[in-house]
Parts: sequence; C-alpha cells; structure tokens
Amino acid sequence: MVSITKTDKQPVGAHYGWREWLAQRVTAVIMALFAIIIFGFFVIKSEISYQDWKALFGSQLFRVLALLFLISVYYHAWIGVRDVLMDYIKPTAIRVTLQVMVILSLVSFTIWSIAILWAQ
Amino acid sequence: MKFNILRYDPDQDQKPYFKEYDIALEPSDRMLLDALIRIKSVDDTLALRRSCREGVCGSDAMNINGKNGLACVTKISDLKEPVVLKPLPGLPIIRDLIVDMTQFFKQYHSIKPFVINHDTPPETERLQSPTDRLELDGLYECILCACCSTACPSFWWNPDKFVGPAGLLAAYRFIADTRDQATNERLDNLEDPYRLFRCHTIMNCVDVCPKGLNPSLAIGKIKEMMVKRGV
Repeated sequence: MVSITKTDKQPVGAHYGWREWLAQRVTAVIMALFAIIIFGFFVIKSEISYQDWKALFGSQLFRVLALLFLISVYYHAWIGVRDVLMDYIKPTAIRVTLQVMVILSLVSFTIWSIAILWAQ
Repeated sequence: MKFNILRYDPDQDQKPYFKEYDIALEPSDRMLLDALIRIKSVDDTLALRRSCREGVCGSDAMNINGKNGLACVTKISDLKEPVVLKPLPGLPIIRDLIVDMTQFFKQYHSIKPFVINHDTPPETERLQSPTDRLELDGLYECILCACCSTACPSFWWNPDKFVGPAGLLAAYRFIADTRDQATNERLDNLEDPYRLFRCHTIMNCVDVCPKGLNPSLAIGKIKEMMVKRGV
C-alpha cells in the first residue's frame, strides 16, 4: 500500500538578516567605545564624589553619548534576544508574543532612559 | 580495549542503550574503524556505515568520546578508554551508529550544489586562471560526512530551516567559483534569518571537521558579500 504522508512546505528567503547582523556588530563597537570613555573617567578621577558625577551628566554632550550607548544596548539586546527566541521557541504565536513583549520593554526602557538622563 | 557503544534497533528496543565491549585488538588494528570491524567479528548485530576506510567517502562519521569524527582516520592510540561511541547527534537513528541523513542532504540540495552557467558550453572545459581556482581551496574538499552540521547547536534546534555548516560551505564553494553565474540568486536564497543567520559563529564545525576545513570562515565571507551588496 502506498502511504501518502503530509508534506510541509518550507518557504525560504525572508530577504532580511544582514542588517540586523551588521547592527549587532556596530552597536557592540559603540558600547565598547562608551565603556572606554567611562573607564577613562574612573581612572582620571580616582575618588568620585556626587558632584563629579553630577557635573559629568550635566554636560549635554555626555547625555547624548550616554543615550547613544543605551540605545545601542537596547538594540543589541533586541537582536540577541530575538535570536534566542528564534532558536528555541518553535510555535510562531508564542514567539511573536514574546518578541512583541521584548520590543515593548526595550522601547519603554528607551523612553525611561531619556527621562532619567534629562531629569531636572 | 574497552568500548561503550550506543545500540538501538527501533524494531526491538524501547530506547537506545549502551553496550560494553572488551575486545583484544591485533597489532594491525590502528584506526578506530579497524577496532569496530574487530567488534563486528564478535557481535555482527552492530550496525555501522563504512566504505573507503581512508577518510574520503565520509560514511563512518560518528560521535567518538563526545566529539564527531570519522572512525577510519581516528587513531586508536589517541583514544581514552572506555571509548564511548554514539551516532551523530541530532539526526534520527536508523539503527545503532547509522543515522538518517535525509534532513542533512535536503539542506545540501537546497543550495543548488552545481555550477550554474547559462553560456553555451565550450568545446573543452570551462577554464579558470590558477588564482581563481585557488579560491576554491578549503571549500571543494568537503566529503559531506555531516560531522560539522551535527555538531552545530543551531542545526540541532532548526535542522529544517538552517542550512548548516556543510551546506553553507558548499554554497560558498559555488559563490566563489568564477564559472558560476548565479551569485545573486545564491545570495538571495541565503538572505534569510534562519537559512544563513542562525549561524552564531559557535565554530563547533571548525573544531570537528575531519578534513580540516573552516565552514565558519566561508559563512563569514557570505555574510560579508551580503553586507557589501546591500550597504
């Protein structure tokens, strides 16, 4: 008897991927550069007082750099967590739900970061 | 010499189990495959694939003391006892050390492993300059033993979607071939978060390849070409 089993078509070619792959590397470089700047600050000022810290974050330039760093962290985290979810979570509905939750969290963190950096 | 070999006959066994063997080897037994053939002379129910016995056909790939390799090119003297032998991980077991490679070859075929050239075929071969030919070194030598793909966690989790190191090495072999005219189509086919970008550069493939090839490098070159094409 010929048994006909169900065939699952596997469409391929979502036509994206390299931008995320490149972005993960670019954001990693940005995070590394910011880490060096912060490390430099700690080296120069061996004892950091509240005043030093306040003065550092009082500068508009530093706030922008800090925000760029944080956005890099969040974007890097998005690609990384997305990859983990794509690796392990098979049911599409659960994967999409988790991905949306991650995106919403990271967007909230971004808004929160701006609020903190520019708080009076 | 002591061996622990994973045995499984789906017709008889509920689940796979380890069987211990203590075999007296002859001085002529130098490679693991020699030892396995010696074991087979005692217990002919042990099933394994082998053919050329010199690392060319890629039939006797298995998990040897936790690392994928070819039994025929693995020296007995290098092995710690008891030698634990398992079938290649991640693929369905047909029997004992024999796995079902359907998924592996499906991915290999999906990259169209042949030169695509629409020009009228010349009277003789399509010639290449020695420099162009050099590009294929480290790519064409793959024997499709599946040691790399079955050592790759990304292939374990998504064997239906991720091409895997062997398939991607082969893909780059044709992308790098100056006689092939389908570079764009090949890149289009691989531009996918699953097919190519499930590779997280874990490099287990490089670690296990019995031919000393570097699929990670080839995958990196494909990604680089995609960035150059798109950025």
